[in-house]
Amino acid sequence: MSTINRGAFPHRHLLGIEGLSADEITMLLDLSDGYVEQNRQKDKKRSVLRGLTVINVFFETSTRTRTSFELAGKRLGADVINISPDASAIKKGETLIDTAMTLNAMHPDVLTVRHADSGAVHLLSEKVACAVINAGDGSHEHPTQALLDALTIRRRLGRLHGLTVAICGDILHSRVARSNIHLLNTMGARVRVVAPPTLLPMHIERLGVEVFNDMREGIADCDIVMMLRLQTERMQGSFVPSTREYFHFFGLDAGKLSAARPDALIMHPGPMNRGVEIDSLVADDISRSLIHEQVEMGVAVRMACLDLLTRDALANEYESEAETRQ
Amino acid sequence: MSRRVAYVNARLLDPASGLDAVGALLVEGGRIADVGPDLFRDGVPEGIERVDCEGACLAPGLVDLRVQLREPGEEHKETIDTASRAAAAGGVTAMACLPNTDPPVDDVAVVEFIARRAREVKLVKVFAYGSVTRGLRGEQLTEIGLLKEAGAVGFTDGLKAVADARVMRRALAYARGLGALIIQHPEEPSLARNGAMNEGELSMRLGLTGIPPAAEAIMLERDMRLVALTGARYHAAHVSTAEGIEVIRAAKQRGLPVTCDTAPHYFALNEQAVDGYRTFAKVSPPLRSEDDRLAVVEAIADGTIDAIASDHAPHDQESKRLPLAQAEPGIVGLETLLPLSLELYHEGRIGILDLLAKLTCRPADLLALPLGRLAKGAAADLVLFDLEKSWQIEVERLRSKSKNTLFDRRHVRGEVVRTIVDGRTVYCREA
Repeated sequence: MSTINRGAFPHRHLLGIEGLSADEITMLLDLSDGYVEQNRQKDKKRSVLRGLTVINVFFETSTRTRTSFELAGKRLGADVINISPDASAIKKGETLIDTAMTLNAMHPDVLTVRHADSGAVHLLSEKVACAVINAGDGSHEHPTQALLDALTIRRRLGRLHGLTVAICGDILHSRVARSNIHLLNTMGARVRVVAPPTLLPMHIERLGVEVFNDMREGIADCDIVMMLRLQTERMQGSFVPSTREYFHFFGLDAGKLSAARPDALIMHPGPMNRGVEIDSLVADDISRSLIHEQVEMGVAVRMACLDLLTRDALANEYESEAETRQ
Repeated sequence: MSRRVAYVNARLLDPASGLDAVGALLVEGGRIADVGPDLFRDGVPEGIERVDCEGACLAPGLVDLRVQLREPGEEHKETIDTASRAAAAGGVTAMACLPNTDPPVDDVAVVEFIARRAREVKLVKVFAYGSVTRGLRGEQLTEIGLLKEAGAVGFTDGLKAVADARVMRRALAYARGLGALIIQHPEEPSLARNGAMNEGELSMRLGLTGIPPAAEAIMLERDMRLVALTGARYHAAHVSTAEGIEVIRAAKQRGLPVTCDTAPHYFALNEQAVDGYRTFAKVSPPLRSEDDRLAVVEAIADGTIDAIASDHAPHDQESKRLPLAQAEPGIVGLETLLPLSLELYHEGRIGILDLLAKLTCRPADLLALPLGRLAKGAAADLVLFDLEKSWQIEVERLRSKSKNTLFDRRHVRGEVVRTIVDGRTVYCREA
């Protein structure tokens, strides 16, 4: 784990997958692999981040991701604090910068930030002196989700290169889809997106994906079927006519899944809308569903991210201590 | 006897008459008493103050069709005083302000308030647009006739389109009876809702809701039919897309009484300026693709676009230091209008007189104002500028109270030397 050179990961923040190289992604996944093993032992705690402070700032509520980051920080020995700025205050927006400045004054070493607006984490990262991890910003990116998905696939199939992955559902609003498309493309997988045209952003093909409007065609011969969550408020006639119609054409059930390879694996970033985008029988099929492994990988990947992004901070600390001694 | 000033050794540029010659101009009592290449050829007689222009260009002061003054209501962003100083520094001698103040200009009293404040500030001429609908709500017409009598030079709902087709039809029909000009923000609001930037590859990558170029063309297409139905004069503000320009071009060919303008950011920049979530690049309508930008340049050159306005939209830091979706749209433009427009001349896209026409006599004619000309008897509203002088735009030097420019550190050519309103120098470049 500690064989990775400082400086090999030249980014101060992790704001997105776009812009990361295949080597950098591989480095993060390799590091994560080690943490998976650690997390399966009885003693899960290390002191890699001892003395460091990690603040999880979730402007948008999320139990799952926040818990995963919190656990990751604690298992590495950091002091972890969770903040959920008041939802009514953040709607005014000014408080994003105010919050950033306030948090910065507390000398955190890492901020993990989730926000409902695309670019908000980027904006915040410009105002603070510590590393920032994007825990999901609007419809832009959710890099740790893509990394944990990649780790899950790589551990199961041994590679990413050459695989065909279909990402299905609400691509338009999905930061998970964008991060996964960037990551899988960078690692040499073939990516398809499958959705009704109203849930596909214009020009999505420019990201190097194949576009399908038919679920069976889209998942045919795929190694991985990655389902996305469709928020219920988007199914009341604004983007698709009804939940019923959506499930009929785009919900993953055994019938549609038969179009994929017999050994195709199923993923979902959670939380699932059973009966909307995915049928319970499929979601709970332990031979094909990777959904619980994804959650497990999430903690390991976030440990790797925290570890890598704080190495410079720790190294600088030692240097400045050394200088003081002289 | 009133004071007389002779501006000699100037390159006289008067787009209305086609004059482009070295000569002199005599100002007397706030008006142009004489102008021409032969004037004072044998020297300036005694008793007349002589100003040597040293070969700089002397043109009618710029008439800016579209500014937001923020007074009354948002004086922390801009006031009539600070905007007037910015205008003077930018060579703008007359400006027409949008009604999106607080309270909005939907009542005679607000028109009179703005006129009184402008008289007190006494720098450049300030004209007000009235709103088309009360409270800019898009429902009931304002007192267009009374507002016009009080001095409103045109009618628009500012940054909001008059979306309801029946309201727009009635506004056009009613305005026609009064000879009033209706100005539209050409954007179908239902397609622009929540939009933060142009819809395209970049908006997709950034995960931002885009506004398709068709939102502009759809509103313009609809309005052209309403213009045909009512026979009213119609002006489309800040046209930004190739599709929208095509609609205007076709309407003009059919002889409809339609005009349009654009703003410098639509020909000086494209949507790439938004990359990195730069909120200063958020404007309404949004910056478009490079193809659209080129179409705007072409339409300026071929005359489809009648005028260039600054679209001055001051915003404080608090309105801009936000996630892009929440940030206010707009950039300040009064002080950069001339140099950015001159880029088109320096790049060889358009002749100097044709360009200046879009900044002076054309906008003046659109608002039926007797301005924008170097003519005997006309108000002595002038700009003296050094056409070739290279300089750098520096945000900290802007006079506008808000500093939201996208053009900080841009190298430009063409600098205002002196601005004159009614014969009075209101700005002079520091030596």
